[in-house]
Amino acid sequence: MIDGVLVGAVYGLAAMGLSLIWGVMDVINLTHGAMIALGMFGMYLMFTATAMNPYVLLLPVIAIGLVLGIVVYWMAVHRVLGRSQLMSLLSTFSVNMMVIGIGTALWSTSPYNVNFTLPGITVGAYTFTGNHIAAASSALIIALALELFLYRTRPGRAIRAVADNREAAELMGISSTAVLAIAFGIGIALALGSGALVSTLFPFTILSGAVYQLKSFVVTVLAGLGKPLGALAAGVLLGLLEGAVTPFIAVSWIPLIEFGLFVVVLILFPRGIFGRATA
Amino acid sequence: MIFKRPSFWLILLIAAVFVYLPLRAEDAAMREDMILVALAIILVSNLNLMIGYTGYVNFGHIVFYGLGGYVGLYLVSVRGWHLPTAALTAGVFVSICALLFGLGVLRLRGAYFALATVGILQAVHAFVSNFDPWGRSTGMYLSFEAYEPLGGAMRALWTTYYLVVGVMALSLILSLVIKRSKFGLGLFAIREDEDAAVVLGINATVYKAIIYSVSAFLPAVAGALMFYKNGMIDPSIAFEYMLSIEGIVMLMLGGQGTVVGAALGAGLYERLRSYLLTSPKLSNFHLVIAGGLLLVVVLFASGGLIGWLYKFVPRSQEVVE
Repeated sequence: MIDGVLVGAVYGLAAMGLSLIWGVMDVINLTHGAMIALGMFGMYLMFTATAMNPYVLLLPVIAIGLVLGIVVYWMAVHRVLGRSQLMSLLSTFSVNMMVIGIGTALWSTSPYNVNFTLPGITVGAYTFTGNHIAAASSALIIALALELFLYRTRPGRAIRAVADNREAAELMGISSTAVLAIAFGIGIALALGSGALVSTLFPFTILSGAVYQLKSFVVTVLAGLGKPLGALAAGVLLGLLEGAVTPFIAVSWIPLIEFGLFVVVLILFPRGIFGRATA
Repeated sequence: MIFKRPSFWLILLIAAVFVYLPLRAEDAAMREDMILVALAIILVSNLNLMIGYTGYVNFGHIVFYGLGGYVGLYLVSVRGWHLPTAALTAGVFVSICALLFGLGVLRLRGAYFALATVGILQAVHAFVSNFDPWGRSTGMYLSFEAYEPLGGAMRALWTTYYLVVGVMALSLILSLVIKRSKFGLGLFAIREDEDAAVVLGINATVYKAIIYSVSAFLPAVAGALMFYKNGMIDPSIAFEYMLSIEGIVMLMLGGQGTVVGAALGAGLYERLRSYLLTSPKLSNFHLVIAGGLLLVVVLFASGGLIGWLYKFVPRSQEVVE
């Protein structure tokens, strides 16, 4: 149960990236899962090369994600903005295919893991694993940093302005193209970061990203768009739910439950449980 | 009348070629290649009803095929039904499931629906992998006696091939008929602007649910035929996500929204794929190439090959639809 909450924080982080891109430019980023997987492998490669503490290596992984995100934006997203949603779905999806294809060729689909454990903390009869705590606190720190960035700094405010009304933001002298590229970069960076955190908790393959992508969608619709802390809360909720049901049913049923949740929430709360009702 | 449409005769010509070529050569390997192309055409032209006509991306289209295969194989092997009745029942059953499901899920608009279809695929996959009567994750096998009603395994393979080609022709004709009907116009209206379509009196949810269900029927029949031919089924073959995805690539390549484009894209891509998969250097990268192809089509030529033809030879729109 408690582990569920801690893992949930990482789900929340993954969903933040998706929700940011979705909220700012109305693009459902289907490269998300592939980017999470890249984060896992980025962490794996750096950890095996340097043997440093993975939670320190998180920073370079996020930096790579930022650059990668901006590249993907220019390559695949910029031209389809403003066209039908079908096109942005398909263009991000094609990037996803390429990343997964290259990844499969390089690393096959066999499982890898980052072999690193932090000492756990024992409270009463229960022991918290160190990795779970470290991953959850990293996720929390990143979420707070993102919240501060979006609400307290000039570039963050520019992103929110473009999300609200692109024309008006441009009239105020904001270069919307640059802002969108940066927002996309941050979204991808969050995906890589969450992938890197997941890699310290569970074994993974190049295809693992898809699982977390589904979870991210569930969390995003739970939370509503563009709310970092809401996503974190919804992620924790999902983690808690998973922790609560796993003793009773087989793990292979979990996608079914999550999907059911996704549809029910979408139909009942189209704006998200934490989202405000707007016209 | 449909008989006056050049595309109708083009479809019959394609089907005739499919029947004639392997028959003349009496070549089983060629037949196996062509059945895959025919299957691709079936899946893609029905997918086109959703993506091309209605503007709704279905990432989980393969679910119809797999579920049809399961129902068909179950009826043939466990219940001892004949293949044609089993295949039709599979089609009807899957269509009804799709209709009921569509009425619920298709209240979701645009991209939300696309995400839900990924979930449907995963959910059905998870369900079938845990479903006892269908053999859980090991699937089901067909014994050799099941081929007896069709005159033994050898004859059965040829018979199923012709049946699959027949389903292919039906799929293309269905696309053509829907495109030229009032119902089809309603779908196009939904694609262009769903809100406006609703204002003009189109019951969008019902239209979408019906087309979702219609697009399930022939793939399910084809699934029953194909898995009967293969003699076995398991969840990872039946619900292969990649096949679903490649269907989208084929459709975009050929030209979404056009009947002939769907067939052209399916044929070309299927040939390209078998070339890539057999080439030692490129086999690892076929996904990368497919992705690159999709990106190029989406970014620079969203009409696909047929869209390109329309642009340079505008009169072709009257002949090729």
